[in-house]
Amino acid sequence: MNRTAAVRRRRAARAGQYLALLGYLVFLAFPLLWLLSTAFKPPRELASPDPGWIPLDPTLDNFRQAFDEQPLLRAAANSLTASVAAAVITVVIATPMAYVMARNHRSPLSRAATGWVVVSQAFPFVLVIIPLFLVLKNLYLINSLSGLIMVYVVWSLPFALWMLAGYARAVPRELEEAAAVDGAGRLRVLVSVTMPLLAPGLVATALFAFITAWNEFFFALVLLKTPQKQTMPVILTHFIGAEGVADLGPLAAASLLATLPSLVLFAVIQRRITSGTLAGAVKS
Amino acid sequence: MTCVTATTATARSDKSPARGAWFLVLPALLPILLLSVGPLLYGIALAFTDAQSGRTEPTEWTGLLNFQDLARDTLFWESFRIGLVWAVAVTVPQFVLALGLALLLVQNLRFRWLARALAIVPWAMPEVVVGIMWRLVYHPDAGVLNETLGTDRDWLGSLSTALPAVIVVGIWARLPQVTVTLLAALANVPRELHEAAAVDGAGAWRRFRTVTWPAIRPVALAISALSLIWNINSFALVYVLTGGGPGGRTRLPMLFAYEEAFGYGQFGYAAAMGCVLVAVVSVLLALFLVGRLKGDDV
Repeated sequence: MNRTAAVRRRRAARAGQYLALLGYLVFLAFPLLWLLSTAFKPPRELASPDPGWIPLDPTLDNFRQAFDEQPLLRAAANSLTASVAAAVITVVIATPMAYVMARNHRSPLSRAATGWVVVSQAFPFVLVIIPLFLVLKNLYLINSLSGLIMVYVVWSLPFALWMLAGYARAVPRELEEAAAVDGAGRLRVLVSVTMPLLAPGLVATALFAFITAWNEFFFALVLLKTPQKQTMPVILTHFIGAEGVADLGPLAAASLLATLPSLVLFAVIQRRITSGTLAGAVKS
Repeated sequence: MTCVTATTATARSDKSPARGAWFLVLPALLPILLLSVGPLLYGIALAFTDAQSGRTEPTEWTGLLNFQDLARDTLFWESFRIGLVWAVAVTVPQFVLALGLALLLVQNLRFRWLARALAIVPWAMPEVVVGIMWRLVYHPDAGVLNETLGTDRDWLGSLSTALPAVIVVGIWARLPQVTVTLLAALANVPRELHEAAAVDGAGAWRRFRTVTWPAIRPVALAISALSLIWNINSFALVYVLTGGGPGGRTRLPMLFAYEEAFGYGQFGYAAAMGCVLVAVVSVLLALFLVGRLKGDDV
């Protein structure tokens, strides 16, 4: 008797859990599905007073029109340039420092660097962007991708240092010492023992810096003035305005295209980033 | 004896890379100092000047004038209030929802892979795209929301619904990040303790209170503090959704400062706003650190 009651209760709990999961799935998925659906709808269906979830007559015209309306190719090239450059430079300059931080993690330098990582998460970029704007203006780096790349590098450095220091700590010191005993010089140890072991971490960090730069909007909005120089997110906002219903298709199509690169790369590194944030949150 | 050897060994290993370390550290340290620490200090200094864009006379020190003006600026305080409402109204429900989802996802449910996969997408999306996507959802004529509810509202354009509407988007946008972080924390909850508590007849709520929560508390605290700070500093989402409108109902402090600086060229005044925001965030950060230290003692 008692047992059947318990079983019944457990079943009810299960059902409740599935119901809750369904609620979450709907909340998470419906805006995404709507974006997807809008991107493939012809203007007639967009303007219909009774818009449906599935395009009845799916079309790629929205994508073509998006390229006609705004310089999307130019924007994609700008975004790609800025993101690749920022990612490569970040990793190249952060790796040596991260290595030093990992190997002397009790030195004042490492402590200061770790503190800076925490603080940098907190500061409002409005306080940084005004002086940066003035400085870059004096260097004639406003409306130039080089100026933006510099800002992106500095912006992703703290988190990159943090991630890389974590990976560097995981490289066993004994391996390096063994190689040194075998007569390898310091540089040789770094190049042929440490670097290969660090490679996955380097790739993950570079991808992270790439995604950060690819998605970034605020600095790009302030620093890039002409459409020829602007990156994807800034160009996307040009579609917005008093948009007629017919313009929603190209807007959705362009948004989808802008999301694809970060989505693909993010799927690759998501686990690593999670463990990175977590380690940072707990240990710091 | 062993003790002494140990200390000299660590001392040596700590020192030997330090000789060449400056050379290794410099490439990262220089940009940080020049483009991050420097501008921050410069920005704070600007708050005490009358710096404006495109002015011919030299910039002068004005002391606390900007801050006095700020104290009297009702528009700023309104924006500040909206910013606080936004930050709290996004962070708290987001945390509760994320905790619920994370607890569901550790259960052995079918379709949880789908939820995990879906959780990646909003995290990877550019904020601008998230904003555009929700504009499509909220669109008065072609939006799915009006279509589903059978209403005819301009969600983002009317005074009463604009702020709640952007808050929902704020919750959606970072729900995955908080969930995945909590999920990772839940993986460290000792299973045996859970089972032991269940055998002792502890109900689900009791098990959560006594076993799960203590184990995930540091991470939970860290991620909610971070997310509160991120939300206070948020810009792109609301810029795309409403641009601060209608009638300033969604004008977050960051949007306000951006307009002041790059719309009207009031660099000094905008920097003063930035300083106020930094002060608020620092207080929050300090509270968070104190909370964490206490948590460590337990």
